[in-house]
Parts: sequence; structure tokens; C-alpha cells
Amino acid sequence: MPSANTSAASQANSFASRFNLQQYVVYFGFLAIFLFFAIVLKDSGFLTVRNLSNIVLQTAPATIMAIGLVFVMSAGEIDLSIGSTVAVAALAAAVTVNEYGLVAGVLAGIGAGLLIGLLNGALVAYVKLPSFLVTLATMGLFAGVARSMTDLRSIPVTDSTFTGFFGSGVFLGIPSLIWWTAIAVAVGHIIYRETRFGAHVLAIGDNARAASVSGISVPKMRLAVLMISGGLAGLAGLLYAGRLQAAKYTLGETDLMTVIAAVIVGGTLLNGGKGSIIGALVGSLMMGMLNNGLILMGLSVSDQMIVRGLIILAAVAVSLREKSR
Amino acid sequence: MTANPNVNAAAPVLQLQDIRKTFGGITAIENFSLEVRPGEIVALVGDNGAGKSTLIKIISGVYTPTSGTITIEGESVAMSNATMARAHGIEVVYQDLALADQQTVYMNMFLGREPVNGFGLLDRRRMINETEKLVKELDVRIPSAHAAVRDLSGGQRQGVAIARATHWASKLILLDEPTAALGVAETAKVEEIVLSLKQRNIGVLIISHSLDQVFKLADRICVLRRGKQIGVRETDKTDKNEIIAMITGLQQH
Repeated sequence: MPSANTSAASQANSFASRFNLQQYVVYFGFLAIFLFFAIVLKDSGFLTVRNLSNIVLQTAPATIMAIGLVFVMSAGEIDLSIGSTVAVAALAAAVTVNEYGLVAGVLAGIGAGLLIGLLNGALVAYVKLPSFLVTLATMGLFAGVARSMTDLRSIPVTDSTFTGFFGSGVFLGIPSLIWWTAIAVAVGHIIYRETRFGAHVLAIGDNARAASVSGISVPKMRLAVLMISGGLAGLAGLLYAGRLQAAKYTLGETDLMTVIAAVIVGGTLLNGGKGSIIGALVGSLMMGMLNNGLILMGLSVSDQMIVRGLIILAAVAVSLREKSR
Repeated sequence: MTANPNVNAAAPVLQLQDIRKTFGGITAIENFSLEVRPGEIVALVGDNGAGKSTLIKIISGVYTPTSGTITIEGESVAMSNATMARAHGIEVVYQDLALADQQTVYMNMFLGREPVNGFGLLDRRRMINETEKLVKELDVRIPSAHAAVRDLSGGQRQGVAIARATHWASKLILLDEPTAALGVAETAKVEEIVLSLKQRNIGVLIISHSLDQVFKLADRICVLRRGKQIGVRETDKTDKNEIIAMITGLQQH
């Protein structure tokens, strides 16, 4: 519809200056929350190196999931099944690593994630079902699978190489969870911003028809982003299992909201076509910091949930204001 | 393959012969023959449902004709998708422009055909340079190659879509209603750009509802009515009354 496009374009001109600000909301929000806690929790240990590095360690799985979700949402899709994928992958890895060793365990965890991504992706790309409904269904389905895999039991992970590699280990003086976060962010950012693949992800999310007539295979791209998301959720599952030295069906259960919030606050459009891996990292750290600070402030769990919900609402509202056209 | 390069240069970039397309029992196009020579602008006119879009889809590779031949620079081709048409040097400027709104002008110029450097990473410098060069040559006045398409005016967007087609087309550009959504000044600007394509020695096939525009731009006018080719006229040797009569099928006097 050319006429609609024209009016939208002229509207966009007047929004241009404000729109740019929206990209940086996450950085301002991060700073504001950081300063707030730094002042209010001055004597409660918020600013200690130990506490701050703890925040980064605890957010590692969510950050990794967020990277996958940036790809999915930039392509105009959504993946609601990442939380359940984390649990299935962690359990698959824990059971396998105890039986067959490290390599098999890693392959089982990542493989489980990729398979769930393949299922989601095939249904979205080739059966042409909406990703919201597909992943809503597989979210429930694999939450059930995770529960039945070990009859709700927690599986301890005793392999110290595994728990070191994915959890408590330190390499060159830096905890392994920070390595994983840094590598995933760096690789994700380069693929997203600097490769044809990343450009095509944005193109199909922006205008699938334009991408299609330009020779980009839209179904293949949809399959790919959902497999990336599944694979990274699998990796997040390994990190949980490594850090907690155990896997349980509850892992990842409450991450979905945090991850979606981190991605949106980080400047990725819910409707696709635009996003940021670095923004998602900062968004994820902001969520982790919020969690940490609210606990240190001594809020009850129910109060924490309410405050966190309100802050996410505010942040998302600011981030989305310019986008709802 | 023709041995004599001079013959090749004079040959039409696009030649359609006895094109016929049926959908089930319905004939959408029949007995359609048309040539477009390099540096020539040919207009395709006809009422709604005359078969113009079917024809565009045949030339751009989306539909395969039921019978008839398509010849590109003397070489007979069979196309079954838009990618094949592009490989033959045919570019389409769609009515909806097929631009990715939130991406930059230069990413749109190279959409689906982004150049990469030795590390497999996007060669942004090259995309930006080539975009700036072409935009300047065609006098498409955009703020910058870095601007997001959504921040451009309708005329600028149309300019970007035409620039993209120009960049990639080696033989023919199809323009589908290029000024339908534009104001007076923007229409004039886009018409200027279309006329400047003649110097690039490629053929242009333009669909337009505005006879004023057709007479301003086209060297020849091809009239379609209900899937049939009514006739082709040289713009200099016809007038609006004749063309209108041909389009509507009312008496010709």
C-alpha cells in the first residue's frame, strides 16, 4: 500500500529524533538503576566486586537465551519455548554426562536444544504456522517432557570437568560463565551485524515479501533463527547444570519474561527488522541487577515480583512507544 | 549466440513472441508480441484486468507462459522464478517498491545481493560508495546512504527502488505504476529519473495509468484489452484519443 507507506514515512521524519533516543533507553536505564542501587545499597554490599561479578554470572544463561531471541524477534518471529528447552537440555546433558562422559553430555544438551529449534522452525517455516502459537504449544509440551524425563527428580552432575567448564571454572583469571557470555555476545554480534545472514534476518523481519523477491529464502531463514534460539537455549541449559551442579525440570521456568524484557528493552523490535545484541546484553544485565538489588533491599519475594514487573512495564513502554504504528 | 557483435547491439533486449497464458480454462494473455530495444521506453497501457500484471509477472519470471517465446538479447530463455529473471539482467520496480523500511538505503540497494570481504563480512564501504555514486548519477535526492528508508519521502523511496533496479539491471527494467502514490513535484522528479535511464542503454517497460505520463516518457505505447494486444503505436505518430479508443474499445475516429 504505497499511500500508507508515504504517510508513515513523513510521520517517521518527525519521530526520527525521538526514535534515536529509544535505542539508548537501555543504557540510560542501566545507569539509572545502577546509580540508584549504588546509593541506596551503599552499605549493603551492592558495589562489591564479588556482588557485581555475581550478577554477571547469574545472568549468563539469560543473556545467552536473549542472543537467540534477538535473532528470532528480528526475523519477526517469537520463541516462547526457550525456558522449557533449557530444562530439557540441562536434564539431557546431566543424564548423559553421568553415563557417557563430558562430550556426550555436551552434545546431548546442545542437540536437544537444536532439535526443539528444528521442530519449532519446521512448523513455522514449512507448515506455515505462526511462531507464537507453535512455540506456545512446544513450551507446554517440553515443560511436560522435562517433568517426565526424570520423574520430577533433580539429577546431580558429578563430572568436575563439566561443572568447571560450564560453571565454577576459571580460565585466565576470568570465570567460565563470563567467557561464555563474552564469546556468545561477540560471535552473535558479528553474525547479526556484519554478515549476509544477519542482514537477511533483519530483511525478512522487516519486509518478508521484499526479501523474498530479492532472492532470500524466507522459510530457510525462519528455520535458521529458531534453531539458533533452540541451540543457544541448550547452551544456557548446560550453563545452569554446570553452575548448580545439578539439573531439574524447574530450570529456566521463570526466564522467559526476563529474557523477552531484556531483548525488548535492549532495542529489538517485537515486530522484527531491527535489534541489537549488545542492547540485549545490557538489558539482561539490567534485569539481573534489578533482581540482585531488590533482594539486597530486603523486599519480600512477592514485592520483588511486583516491583520488577512495574519496572519492566515502564522500560518496555518507553522502548515501544515509537514502534507501535 | 550471435557471432556479429553489431547485430547483437542492435537486437532488442527483450522480445516476446506469441505469448499466451492461461489459468485453468481462462485465457489471461494471448497473441502478445512485443520488442523492447536498448535505450527505449515502452509503455504498457490498458484498463484494470487487461492483463498488464500477468504480463509483468511473465517477464519477471514469476509466471511461465503457456506458450510463446521470451528472447533476451537474441537468446531464448525459460524462466521459472524471479531470481532467474534477475540473472538475465531483468529488474522489477514493484508497485509496493519491495523496500525493507527499517534498513538503510544502502542495505536496500544490495538486498539479497550484499557483497562480502575476504572474511565473509559485509563490505559496507563498497555498498555505501556504490550507492552514493548511483544516487548522485540519477539525482535521487536522499539525505544519506545511511538513512533508513522509513525516514524518506514517497518520491525518495521510489527513487531508491529505481536506483536499485538500475544498479542491477543490465538489460531491462520493469516499472509498475512508478508514480501512483506520488504528489505532483515528486512525480516530475521520478519521471526525470526514468527518462535518464535511456542513456544507460537498457530497455524500460513502464506500466502507467496516466496517459500524460505515458506520452511524456514512452517511445512506443502498447495497448492491451482483455488479455489481447490491441496494437503498438509510436508516441510521435499517435494521440491520446487514439490510445483511449484502443484501451476502451470504443470507435476509433
